Amino acid sequence: MGLGAYIAVSAALFALGIVAILVRRNVLYVLMGIEMILNAANINFVAFNRFNHAAGSQSNLDGRMFAIFVIILAAAEAAVALAIVLNVFHLFNSVKPAEADLLRE
Amino acid sequence: MTAESHFLAFDPAQDFKLLFLAFVLPLVGYVIQISVGKRLPRQGDWLLTSGLFATASITVLMFAKSLWAAYHGLEFRHHSGDEAGLWFHWFYSSDELANGVANVSAAIFYDPLGAAMLMVVGVVSFCVHLFSIGYMHGTPRYHIFFANISLFTFAMLGLVLSDNLLFLFIFWELMGLMSYLLIGHFSHDPSSGYFHKWATKACKKAFLTTRVGDTCLLVGMVIFFWKFETFRFTELWRLSIEEIARHQSMHPGEYPLWMTVGGLFIFGGTIGKSAQFPLHIWLPDAMAGPTPVSAMIHAATMVAAGVFLLGRCYPMFTPDVLDVIAAVGTITAIFAATIGTTAYDLKAVLAWSTISQLGFMVAAIGLGGVVAGLFHMVTHAFFKACLFLSAGSVIHGCHHEQDMRNMGGVRKHMPITFACMLASTIAIAGIPFFSGFYSKDMIILRAWENILGGKFTGASFFAAVGLPLAAACTAFYMFRMIFMTFSDSYRPGTVESNFAHHAGGHDDHGHDEHGHAAHGHDHHGHDDHGHAGHGHADHGHAHHEHGHAAPAHAHAASAHGHEAHGHDAHGHDSHGEHATPHESPLPMVVALCILAFLGVFGGHFWLADPLHSLKFWEHAHTWFETSVSFQSLYGAQIGDQLAAAVAVDEHAAHLAHIVALSVSLTVASLGILVAWLIYGRGWERSQRVAGQITHSIHALYEVVKGKYFVDEALGTAIVVDMKRKDEPRYEPDASVIGASMHVANLLGWIDRNVVDATVNLVGRIGMSLGKGSATFDRVVIDGAVNGVGLFTQTFGSVVRLFQSGRVQQYATFAVFGGLALAAWLILL
Repeated sequence: MGLGAYIAVSAALFALGIVAILVRRNVLYVLMGIEMILNAANINFVAFNRFNHAAGSQSNLDGRMFAIFVIILAAAEAAVALAIVLNVFHLFNSVKPAEADLLRE
Repeated sequence: MTAESHFLAFDPAQDFKLLFLAFVLPLVGYVIQISVGKRLPRQGDWLLTSGLFATASITVLMFAKSLWAAYHGLEFRHHSGDEAGLWFHWFYSSDELANGVANVSAAIFYDPLGAAMLMVVGVVSFCVHLFSIGYMHGTPRYHIFFANISLFTFAMLGLVLSDNLLFLFIFWELMGLMSYLLIGHFSHDPSSGYFHKWATKACKKAFLTTRVGDTCLLVGMVIFFWKFETFRFTELWRLSIEEIARHQSMHPGEYPLWMTVGGLFIFGGTIGKSAQFPLHIWLPDAMAGPTPVSAMIHAATMVAAGVFLLGRCYPMFTPDVLDVIAAVGTITAIFAATIGTTAYDLKAVLAWSTISQLGFMVAAIGLGGVVAGLFHMVTHAFFKACLFLSAGSVIHGCHHEQDMRNMGGVRKHMPITFACMLASTIAIAGIPFFSGFYSKDMIILRAWENILGGKFTGASFFAAVGLPLAAACTAFYMFRMIFMTFSDSYRPGTVESNFAHHAGGHDDHGHDEHGHAAHGHDHHGHDDHGHAGHGHADHGHAHHEHGHAAPAHAHAASAHGHEAHGHDAHGHDSHGEHATPHESPLPMVVALCILAFLGVFGGHFWLADPLHSLKFWEHAHTWFETSVSFQSLYGAQIGDQLAAAVAVDEHAAHLAHIVALSVSLTVASLGILVAWLIYGRGWERSQRVAGQITHSIHALYEVVKGKYFVDEALGTAIVVDMKRKDEPRYEPDASVIGASMHVANLLGWIDRNVVDATVNLVGRIGMSLGKGSATFDRVVIDGAVNGVGLFTQTFGSVVRLFQSGRVQQYATFAVFGGLALAAWLILL
């Protein structure tokens, strides 16, 4: 399996994440979309690291390290985001992003 | 009491202010009258009349001062600018040019001539105002009439007091305007019937005819200004005398040509204004104005202005000009006097008489007799004003009848008027002891002195023969008028006349129908005059069936004075058209008496010693001559030179006295005798005799009756046929006036089509440019500004749609924006 397959999975996952962010009515799904995008990026990191290494360069864990960072970052993000979601639910009594339109002001 | 402190001594500090007050009062009166006159009680006539009374009083006081000065041998020439610092600076450029050409200043110039003239203007104008209260009572535009005669007086006062030619000209023109307005007074009054149409034409004629003369005066004025660079009379006199002396030193016996030309042009002004041949034509038609206006024009203002101008400009005239002046004056005198013998209209007789007397004055000045000419102007002013006002009184009394054939016997009904008129007639005819005799005799004397004193010229010979002839005619037609009007018995409706309908103007349509057709004298209006004595019965009473209603009532009404029968409403009908004449109301009579008194004794005022005047054969040395002489008029130096130019030796002067005296006495008595022979012995008889005479000299009579056809020659004939009722025909055709009208039309065309067109074109171009600029402004500039606003607004309203506050939407835009960017980076 070549690099193209990994990138294709990553791209699909990214696209699904984007779609989830853009169209889901529930903010939790939007968060999930964000996670999907982050994981699409992770797949890219890991895949590129793997195939770069295979091409004969010295052992290099940069891509994998970045992936681990991203996972940590995603966890932190999820915590913050869920806190925001809770506050939004408090404020709007809803978790639908379409109803939280205070940015318009 | 010293001469300086005497109350009759001239005090520059005060008297110039008084003179100025006298001059300005009529103007103030005019302004008040024209603005609020209609709302004043009695339409403000009392206001102006009392104002004029003040003016007249001041002028009389000032005149007394001039006589006092003359009596004490003091010089009486005062200039307000030099003596009291009272100047009116009109154009005043800068200090460097303080004495330069560009400065035009005016001041009051008051000398014996001015004093005499001012007094005449003041007194006569006052009398005319007073008379008008009665005469114009109840006519439309009563207040306007008073305003206008007041301004007329103002103009004449200004003309007399002016110290320079330019301001004289300004007032001269103002007078032209006022004469136009006043002659045309009835043209706004359709109820005045016949006058309504006549006045409309006559005022235009007067204005246009005098305009010809005015233009001449302007040209002459400019010629003198061009050479001498001043308008001031005193300067002009001095420079003229110097110029002549300078020229004579180079070319002995010759005079500067340009001065002759300029002098002739100035005389042109007199020809127009003073109604000299051939521009006299306006004056008889000026009778279309109300009678007080005629008195004003003929005595105090207007025509006197022309003679006054000659007096003011005398030192500027070369002998050649003077010869022309003498000849024109003599022609006018004879010419008008002969026409006067044929007129039937009471006022027309007086009009022709005025022209004739003006001819006397002008001729006198042309002959070097400035004093005689101006003296005659003063005496004439009084008795002519009296004659006109008496005529007005008669016309008023006879219910606006003017044809003398329809009068007769008025003496019994209007004794005061008769007495006044008779006194003035005697004065004008030249009977000793009456004012006219002295002045007229002085003129004839002047002519004979020239001949007998060896200063024989064609003009003076012509004058010496012609003037007595004219004087004879004067005596004849004046007494003809008196006999026709006042003697015998009242004979209303003897001939058809236009004037009778002035009062009852609304019924004149009825007469038209059986006017001419029935009697078939349409176009031979005066042809059959010769036989008129027989013919009266058949066409006389055609339209007067209703005329004799209630004569008794009329008599009673007239006995109670004028107000009693309601002239207000033109109410003559109430007592019939031909009720007995009645004496005029009090103001009119008073005015008449004042003037008659002055007319009789006007000559005596000038005489140093009242007893002296009895020795009329030695009357030469009069106050007038002491007061008004070459020396007193033009200053000692210039005056001596001028006097030397016309002086004759004692023997010749003595001889001339005798000749002149006998000639003037002969012609006066001859004229009166003939008048009595023809007209003094009953109406029927006079018609027969006159008929025979006119029949035997039929052709000549027709020429004279037709006023020598000067009107026709000049192309301005207003044909007024006494027997016709249709409107006066105004026929401008060929020749002088006609040509000038054509020129005026042409100039008018050029004005309209060239000058105006250019102006309009420029205007249009400016307007289209302006419009273009406005459009640019509106579309481009405003458009840009609005466009920016609109764009911002639109953009904002579009952009606002994107800011929905929805996170997902924003993310959508971000994604698609990123995709688009990526597509752009990849694909391009």
